[in-house]
Amino acid sequence: MTENTEATGGPERRVRVVLVDDHRMFRTGVQAEIGRTEETGVEVVGEAADADQAVTVITATRPEVVLLDVHLPGGGGVEVLRRCAPLMGAVENPVRFLALSVSDAAEDVIGVIRGGARGYVTKTITGTDLVDSVFRVQEGDAVFSPRLAGFVLDAFASTDAPPVDEDLDRLTQREREVLRLIARGYAYKEIAKQLFISVKTVESHVSAVLRKLQLSNRHELTRWATARRLV
Amino acid sequence: MPAATTRAASSLAADPEEPPVRKLYRSADGRLLGGVARGLAGHLGLPVAWVRFLFLGLFFTDGLGAVLYAVFWIVVPLGVGGVDAPRSVFEVSADGRRKLRKPDKGQFVALIALLVGAAVFVANVDMGSEADRYIWPTLLIGAGSVLVWRQADNARRARWMEVGRHRKLLHLARGLAGVALVGLGLAVFLVVRGSAAQLGNVLTAAIAVLTGIALLAGPYLVRMTQDLSEERLMRIRAQERAEVAAHVHDSVLHTLTLIQRNADEAGEVRRLARAQERELRNWLYNPEGTGKDEDDEPETLAEAVKRAAAEVEDKHGVPLEVVVVGDCPLDEKLSAQMQAAREAMVNAAKYGGEGGAVQVFAEVEGRTVFVSVRDRGPGFDLDEVPGDRMGVRESIIGRMQRNGGTARLRSVPGGGTEVELEMERASE
Repeated sequence: MTENTEATGGPERRVRVVLVDDHRMFRTGVQAEIGRTEETGVEVVGEAADADQAVTVITATRPEVVLLDVHLPGGGGVEVLRRCAPLMGAVENPVRFLALSVSDAAEDVIGVIRGGARGYVTKTITGTDLVDSVFRVQEGDAVFSPRLAGFVLDAFASTDAPPVDEDLDRLTQREREVLRLIARGYAYKEIAKQLFISVKTVESHVSAVLRKLQLSNRHELTRWATARRLV
Repeated sequence: MPAATTRAASSLAADPEEPPVRKLYRSADGRLLGGVARGLAGHLGLPVAWVRFLFLGLFFTDGLGAVLYAVFWIVVPLGVGGVDAPRSVFEVSADGRRKLRKPDKGQFVALIALLVGAAVFVANVDMGSEADRYIWPTLLIGAGSVLVWRQADNARRARWMEVGRHRKLLHLARGLAGVALVGLGLAVFLVVRGSAAQLGNVLTAAIAVLTGIALLAGPYLVRMTQDLSEERLMRIRAQERAEVAAHVHDSVLHTLTLIQRNADEAGEVRRLARAQERELRNWLYNPEGTGKDEDDEPETLAEAVKRAAAEVEDKHGVPLEVVVVGDCPLDEKLSAQMQAAREAMVNAAKYGGEGGAVQVFAEVEGRTVFVSVRDRGPGFDLDEVPGDRMGVRESIIGRMQRNGGTARLRSVPGGGTEVELEMERASE
């Protein structure tokens, strides 16, 4: 994401990645940008162009992180997530998904996050930020782009109906503050400084929001965006 | 197989010579009644007269031909195809002048001939005096419903070809005649029944009326629902495609041309590409915003923020990433805030654009509207800005204060500048 300073890390950090995108040009571009293993520590072990292929490749290569396009032939990213659910939940070497899409539509974004993706970044992201996001996801952390933070704030703000589960259907004051700063374009480090907390605490807040987003009972969560006129 | 080309087919742009799948259709062209015989003849590759005579022959075996014909009429959809008959008995005009032929005349003649034939047939066959009194009403009802069935076909056919004014009148007349015949038949039925047996009159009447309605409405309902769903689907698809095509043509191609022409000017290319991306994105992911004209004044906060950001982006060539949470209608105070925000965006783009995208965040929370504009440039100290530079002090801070809001300028840890604008919405 916007965390430039911490960046790529040395050769001691390694992550195995599968690229899922139906545009060959885009896969080639991402591969060229992040796939220089010696510099970035990212090793692209497989590519797939549609949902079926993706499931096959992911099952065969067992990568640590999958960069997943939202729009795919054969059911889209959500379908891949659904069929890979056992791999995501595995105790040993779980496969983690990072949604990477050109789409701005809130339904798409929320759809893949609810499907189990650990984060969402847009395709305008720079190579360094993408590498950083991949490592963050590998470590089990959540990755929110400013836009996703905006969507989430909006989703949890519209509490017309009484929440089904108080713990899940509300964001704490602190979580809201963190999200708001992400939406304003702050990096984790900057947020930590701003709120006088540690980066680890910021990360745990973001992870908590992601969990609430994935588990929340709010039925309207995927529908809210269309009802409200968002970016 | 005889030449399968028909006028209807050639006017439909479909290739009628060698259809890939041979499916049975009733012929819409040159038919006498329902086009069953023509369609069947075309399908089987027989002269149409043979099929017609077969039906006629079958008719005399207890009316089996009529029943068969009726079943075909109801079940088989009307289509193109069939055969060009070697001139039918009822049509006088020469083959070379087919355009002058009026199929309806032939059909009416056929109908009358059929009725006369049926009458003669009925008169000749003695079915006993009891059955006799049912035959005429039954025939009337049959004739009426045939007319109405025929009408249902025409409703379908009317979409293929333009229907002239007089033809519309003809259709109306035919429909009315069908209804009248059915009504008359039912009435006679009732009178005959009524004089014969008083008992069960009500029951008979009810059944008769229901049957009549079913006969009248049946063909329309069946065919209309079939046609409508099919047509609606086609129309939606066509419309969608047309819309996409129009959009792609109009703006994307235009932009691509401009980019080719300005290939040497990196800044201009970037600006064009970004403007196009924004427009396409808005169109793809924000459908309700598409109808809006660029020149319209924005009515809500979200719109205003996005508009201002787009303008600054175009003018200064620096990307602005906009995130809006919530939305509310614009009032006077918020308009002032928008102007201040716009000024802040311009400043950020001008002085902080090298550090990457300018981040614009707007949030409506209750009655408070918060806007932040942040860049990753070198940052600056307000106290060091000379007093004669009014941009920040007047356009941003002053404007916010005059309208009852607050503005805050600060350097962000890690570099860059952030402008925070806060305003209470006017009470309604």
